[in-house]
Amino acid sequence: MKYVDEFRDPKQAKKILKEIEILCLEIELSEDRPIQIMEVCGGHTHSIFRYGLNQLLPKKLDFVHGPGCPVCVLPRSVVDNCISIANNKDVIFTTFGDAMRVPGSKQSLLDLKAEGADIRMVYSPLDALTIAKNNPEKRVVFFGLGFETTMPSTALSIMQAKKIEVNNFYLFCNHITIIPTIKAVLDSPGMRIDGFLGPGHVSLIIGTKPYDFIADEYHKPLVAAGFEPLDILQSVWMILKQLKNGEAKIENQYKRLVLDDGNASALDPISEVFELRDFFEWRGLGSINHSGVKINNKYRDFDAEVEFKLKEVTVTDPDVCQCGEVLKGILKPWECKVFGKECTPEIPLGALMVSTEGACSAHYSYGQNIDLINKK
Amino acid sequence: MCLGVPAQIKKIIDADNQIALVDLSGVSREINIACVLNKDYQAQDLIDKWVLVHVGFALSIVDEEEAQKTLKILAEIGELSAAIEDIKQGSK
Ligand code: SF4
Repeated sequence: MKYVDEFRDPKQAKKILKEIEILCLEIELSEDRPIQIMEVCGGHTHSIFRYGLNQLLPKKLDFVHGPGCPVCVLPRSVVDNCISIANNKDVIFTTFGDAMRVPGSKQSLLDLKAEGADIRMVYSPLDALTIAKNNPEKRVVFFGLGFETTMPSTALSIMQAKKIEVNNFYLFCNHITIIPTIKAVLDSPGMRIDGFLGPGHVSLIIGTKPYDFIADEYHKPLVAAGFEPLDILQSVWMILKQLKNGEAKIENQYKRLVLDDGNASALDPISEVFELRDFFEWRGLGSINHSGVKINNKYRDFDAEVEFKLKEVTVTDPDVCQCGEVLKGILKPWECKVFGKECTPEIPLGALMVSTEGACSAHYSYGQNIDLINKK
Repeated sequence: MCLGVPAQIKKIIDADNQIALVDLSGVSREINIACVLNKDYQAQDLIDKWVLVHVGFALSIVDEEEAQKTLKILAEIGELSAAIEDIKQGSK
């Protein structure tokens, strides 16, 4: 097996795979369907496809690719707002590379850049802050997105801007929070997920305790997992063991980085700068209560929503897009009508095709060559 | 964008603003270390330590063996060079 050989420890991987197979046979579901494990995080989706794990695991086990790719769940209205900010002549608009290609209702940031707007890809919000320092006559906006993993970095950059009195730096805050999102998935009608692979790097920040309700109230197992193939296999095995024993616990496979209480030094800046929004509009999932954060009053001078007087508008996705169904695990990526036809990573129609962490793009890029390898 | 990469802290550039210089496979880059400082770890204690770097911020301290293994895996699957490109990009 080619893919197993690339694992950190092939022997170990083969052993776990064997045990997973046995466990799958032993687990009895009340209905005739595969065991469904949702990987919440886009990083996991990427690893699963990158290593062809879905091809190695028994047919009776199914990965449902969750909503944890921050770029994939950006609603079109947010992209439209980015465009309207970046269209100001005195603005330098900065963002992570992935966000540049997300389609808005008329164009993406990349399209606007091609028309001459000053839009720059940065690696870190600190780079955006440096651009602001070096261009005092411009308004420099950083488009902040991501779950709790990226929140401390944005928060600390804003705190730094305040400290060194850079007053031409603004954050367009579109950070989202993991707990209400998982709750929304659990509450969605027709939900058939048996267990969760918990996002490793989000857990590094928030710890594992916030997940307790998943076990206590919904009786589903969650295992906080690392990103390497063996991490994922081991976590799947841990979930299956719980399922077999009829248990629902929160476990931590990624102990080498994740503490149950999280990282206080990273949580402090989050609570210093942000407050919960009443709701946040997700692409494909609709509005989820308390699932996003915004800048609080203390830092409002740095809030792009205030500075550019942005309005909340809802723009629906094109009718042919089935991103919502894919995000909820109701449809497989290839079951979307436009998958690989009108919608490809080169010309994405839906957001799940944009980032390599998106289910559709990962499937498109890796799914096919893995099928080829299997046929050989 | 959620990929964290291990890098080694070489020098504290500005303890006041919590800025350190890391080395990532030969590429130097300034990062913020606020999230790995606490009462047990002061800036100077971090020299030569390995940290997981995510969008220019150290999010946690990792042990060296762990860091090397992760780097090796990233290199094998060709993602290290992409990560390094990203990191270089920002330091322009
Ligand atoms: S193929 Fe395109 S439109 Fe269909 S679900 Fe995937 S990203 Fe959305």
